[in-house]
Amino acid sequence: MDKDIITLTVHGKDFLGKVQGRKGQTVLEVLRDNHIHVPTLCYHPKMPPYGGCRLCIVEIENMRGLPPSCTTPAVDGMVVHTHTDRVFQVRKSVLELLLAYGDHNCLLCEQTGNCELQDLVYEHGIEKIRFKSDYKSKPLDDSNSMIVRDPNKCVLCGRCVRACLEVQVNGVIDVALRGSDSCISTFNGMSLKDSNCVFCGECVSVCPTGALTFKQARFKGRPWELKKVQTTCTYCGVGCQMELNIKDNEIVKVTSSHEIRGPNVGNLCIKGRFGYDWVKHPDRLKTPLIREEGIFREASWEEALSLIAQRFENIRVKSGPDSIAFFTSARCTNEENYIMSKFARAVIGTNNIDHCARL
Amino acid sequence: MTNSIEELEKADVILVAGSNTTGMHPVIASTIKRAVRSGKTKVVVVDPRKIELVNHAELWLRPKPGTDVAWLNGLMHVIINEDLHAKGYIAERTEGFEDLKQAVSTYSPERVEEISGIPKADLIEAARLYAKAPAASIIYAMGITQHINGTDGVKSVANLAMLCGNVGIEGGGVNPLRGQNNVQGACDMGGLPNVFSGYQPVTSKEVREKMGRAWGVESLPEKPGLTIVEIVDGAVKGDIKAMYIMGENPVVSDPDSHHVRRGLNSLDFLVVQDIFLNRTARLADVVLPACCFAEKDGTFTNTERRVQLVRKAVEPPGDARPDWEILCDLARHMGYPMSYPNASAIFDEIASLTPSYAGMDYARLADGGLQWPCPSKDHPGTKYLHKDGFARGKGLFHGIEWISPAEGTDEKYPFLLTTGRVLYQYHTGTMSRRSVALNERYPECLVEINEEDAERLGIKSGDKIRVSSRRGRIEATASVGDSVDLGTIFIPFHFAEVPVNELTIAALDPIAKIPEFKVCAVRVEMVGEE
Ligand code: SF4
Ligand code: SF4
Ligand code: SF4
Ligand code: FES
Repeated sequence: MDKDIITLTVHGKDFLGKVQGRKGQTVLEVLRDNHIHVPTLCYHPKMPPYGGCRLCIVEIENMRGLPPSCTTPAVDGMVVHTHTDRVFQVRKSVLELLLAYGDHNCLLCEQTGNCELQDLVYEHGIEKIRFKSDYKSKPLDDSNSMIVRDPNKCVLCGRCVRACLEVQVNGVIDVALRGSDSCISTFNGMSLKDSNCVFCGECVSVCPTGALTFKQARFKGRPWELKKVQTTCTYCGVGCQMELNIKDNEIVKVTSSHEIRGPNVGNLCIKGRFGYDWVKHPDRLKTPLIREEGIFREASWEEALSLIAQRFENIRVKSGPDSIAFFTSARCTNEENYIMSKFARAVIGTNNIDHCARL
Repeated sequence: MTNSIEELEKADVILVAGSNTTGMHPVIASTIKRAVRSGKTKVVVVDPRKIELVNHAELWLRPKPGTDVAWLNGLMHVIINEDLHAKGYIAERTEGFEDLKQAVSTYSPERVEEISGIPKADLIEAARLYAKAPAASIIYAMGITQHINGTDGVKSVANLAMLCGNVGIEGGGVNPLRGQNNVQGACDMGGLPNVFSGYQPVTSKEVREKMGRAWGVESLPEKPGLTIVEIVDGAVKGDIKAMYIMGENPVVSDPDSHHVRRGLNSLDFLVVQDIFLNRTARLADVVLPACCFAEKDGTFTNTERRVQLVRKAVEPPGDARPDWEILCDLARHMGYPMSYPNASAIFDEIASLTPSYAGMDYARLADGGLQWPCPSKDHPGTKYLHKDGFARGKGLFHGIEWISPAEGTDEKYPFLLTTGRVLYQYHTGTMSRRSVALNERYPECLVEINEEDAERLGIKSGDKIRVSSRRGRIEATASVGDSVDLGTIFIPFHFAEVPVNELTIAALDPIAKIPEFKVCAVRVEMVGEE
C-alpha cells in the first residue's frame, strides 16, 4: 500500500464516512478533493493558506478548540466534524461581524450574484445583523480607469495581498493598521495609480467580495448576463488563456482562472486584462476603401476584390510573379498565415512572403 | 523555446539576457519571480538596462549594447578554464567542441571587461552560477537578436547551453521569447520566403510536389523569395511592383522608415488589410477591413510552441471579414478555387501537410492546446525539445568571433541608442494606443537617459529633447534615471508620432536578415538648441 495515503473519517453536512488523501495535504484540501463542502473565505487554491477568516473551522476529535481546516495538516486516522452546531454558530457570528463592520448593501454592489460573502450569508440563513457597530464609511480609491477599491466591502481576507505578493510577486499591497482600523493599503497609503501597481488585475480576480472591481465593467452587465468565451490573448507570445465576458456583442471584461489549462494558470497582465477597448473603437475599418485621385472612398467587397484581382493579374503577366510580394502577419492566426502562404505560392506563384518575426 | 514556461519553476538558474521580461512577457516574468521566491531558483540578468527583474536577481551584468557575443564567449572561456563544462554530454551528444574552445580561448575576463564593461569578477561569478546549476535555462529576446551579428548571438547562446549540458533536459533549454502573439505560428505556417509550413524547404523537389498536389497546381516556385528588408529594397529599385500587406505596419515597425515609405510609395499597387487605417494603410491603393482576434476562430502558437484556440466572441464591425475569408475570396476572383467551411477545416489541411502539426485538430486543442512536434493523433505533444538527441544527430558547436556594431559612436553622435518596448504599450500601438487604460499608464513616448548624462546636458525629466542620427531626427520627452547606462539612451517604438525607426539603421545581420535595431549612434540635445 502507498504509505503516503491517509484516511480520515468525516461527519459532514450530508456525508458520513471515510475519505482518503495524501500526506502533506491540509484537512481542507482532503475534504475538497473528496467534494465535501466546508465554507471558506480567505482560502484560495492559487495561494498558500492564511488561516485568517475562521469560516473553515471544524471539530477534530482529540484536538482542542476549533482549528481552521485550511491550515491544519491532515493526519491519518483523524475524525473530522464539519457542521456541528458549535461550528455553525461560530461561522454565523463571524459573518454577522463582517456584515456589521462594513457597508454591504448588495443592491448597490457590482458583484451581486458573484460574491462569496453573499453566498455565505445566504448559506448560513442570516436575516438580520445582531451586532450594532459604529462603523464609519471609508473613502474609495477610484484613481485609475481599471480598478476600483472600496474598503467598505473589504472583509480583510488578505487574498489580494497574497495574490499580489505570492502569485504575481509585485508586493504592492499589504494589511495596514491593527484592530478595527485595519485595511488593505499600498505603501504609504498611496492611491493605486501612484503606487508600484502594474495593474495585472490579479487582486481583483481573487477578491471574494465587491471590494475590488473592474471599473470598465461596472454597470455593463450582471454576472449571470455575461457569456464567457475562452480564447487566447492577442498581445504577446505567452499566449495566455482568457475568457472574454460578453454582453450585447461587447467585451465587458476579461477574466481567467487557474482551472483553465494554459501557460498562464489564470494569470494575466495589464494588456490582456484591460487592453481590449480598441475592439469596438469607432476608428475600426468597416468597409473596403479604394484610393481615387489621392483620397479614399468606400467600396463594396465585390468592387475591391475585382480591382485587386485584375491589377495583380496584369502585373503578374507583365512583370512576372516575383514582382509581387506579401507581408503576412505575426498578429494573424495560423490559418490566415497558411492561407496567405498558399495564396502567394499557389495563386500568384512567388515565394516573396515574409513577416515581422525578425522585428 | 526548447522548453516550456512552467519548467521555469523547475530551473536552478535562469539566465535572462536581452529580455525585458516584466515589460514584454509579464506573465513569464511572474513565473520567474515565483521561482525565485520559492528559494529554488537564482536569476542572472544580463542587460544594458536596469530592468525590473534586476530586483529579483542574484547577479546583474550590464554589458555595453552590441557586445553579446563577447560576454557569452567570456562566460564559456571561464567555464572551460575552470573545467565546469559537461564533458560527458559534450562527448556523447555534440561535435565541434575543439572549434569552440579555440574561439573562446582569447576571451579572457580581462578582455571581455574591456569590450563589454562587465567587471571581471561578475563575469566569473555568473559563469560559475550557470555552469554549476543542475538545470539552467537561458531566456533571451530581441536584445540578443536585433543586431548586425544577431545570428551569432543566438548561436553563442546555444553554445553556452550545450557546453553545460542544458539542452534536452527539464528546466533547461534555450528559450527565445517571441514578441508578438503569433510570431511562432507565422513562421510555422510558412510565412517565410524559403519554407512551406513546418519549415519544409521550397528548394526541395519532393516537398514542392507534395504541396503542389495538395494545392492543385502543377508547379510551385523553387527559388527562395525575398525577406522584408529585401522586398522594401526591391520596391525602391522598382523590381517589386505590387504588395499585399496583411496585419502589419512596416512604416512604423521597420528600421529606417524613410526608406520603407519610399519603397511603398514606389509601388504600382499596394493592398493593405488591417483593422485600423494605420500609417501603412494610408499609403495603400486598396484597404480591406479585417476582423480582430475576438471576431474570428483560429489558432495562435505561443512562444513555447503551444497551439491554442482563438474563438469568436463578438460580431465584427461593419463589413469586416476574417483575413482568411478575404484571401479565399480574392483567390476565387483570380480563378483559383479556394474555399473552406470554417477555420477548423483549414487547420485540418495544415495538419495533413505539416508533420509537426499532424496529430492536432480543434477537438484535441480545446483543452490546454498542444505543443509541437505532435506527429500523430495519439501523441501528447512535446514539452521540451531534444530529449533524445538533436534533430541533426549531434549538436554542433560554432566557434564565433565578436564583431563590433555596424555604427559606433563618434564626436558628432556620441550616444548609443537602443530601442524596444514597454509594458503598457504594444508593437506599433495601433491597438494599445486606442485603449484608455493602457494610455493612462504610458501616454507618451519617453526617452530614457542616464542621470549623469542628463545633468551634463542640462536635461530634466519632462524636458522636450531632440535625438538625431545620420538618418533622421525625432523629438520626445526625456525621462531621467538609472534605467540606462552612461552614454546610452532607450526609446520605445510604439509611438507613430515619435518614429524612432527614422533613426535606426537598416544594416542587416547577413544570415537572419534581422535589422540592427538595438544599436545606432545618436546625438541628444534640448529642443531649441541647434
Ligand atoms: S493589480 Fe496586480 S500589481 Fe496591482 S495591486 Fe493588484 S495584484 Fe498587485
Ligand atoms: S480587498 Fe478583497 S481580497 Fe483584499 S482583503 Fe479585502 S475582501 Fe479580501
Ligand atoms: S495577458 Fe499579457 S502576458 Fe498574457 S499573453 Fe496577453 S500580453 Fe502576454
Ligand atoms: S478559509 Fe480557513 S481561515 Fe479562512
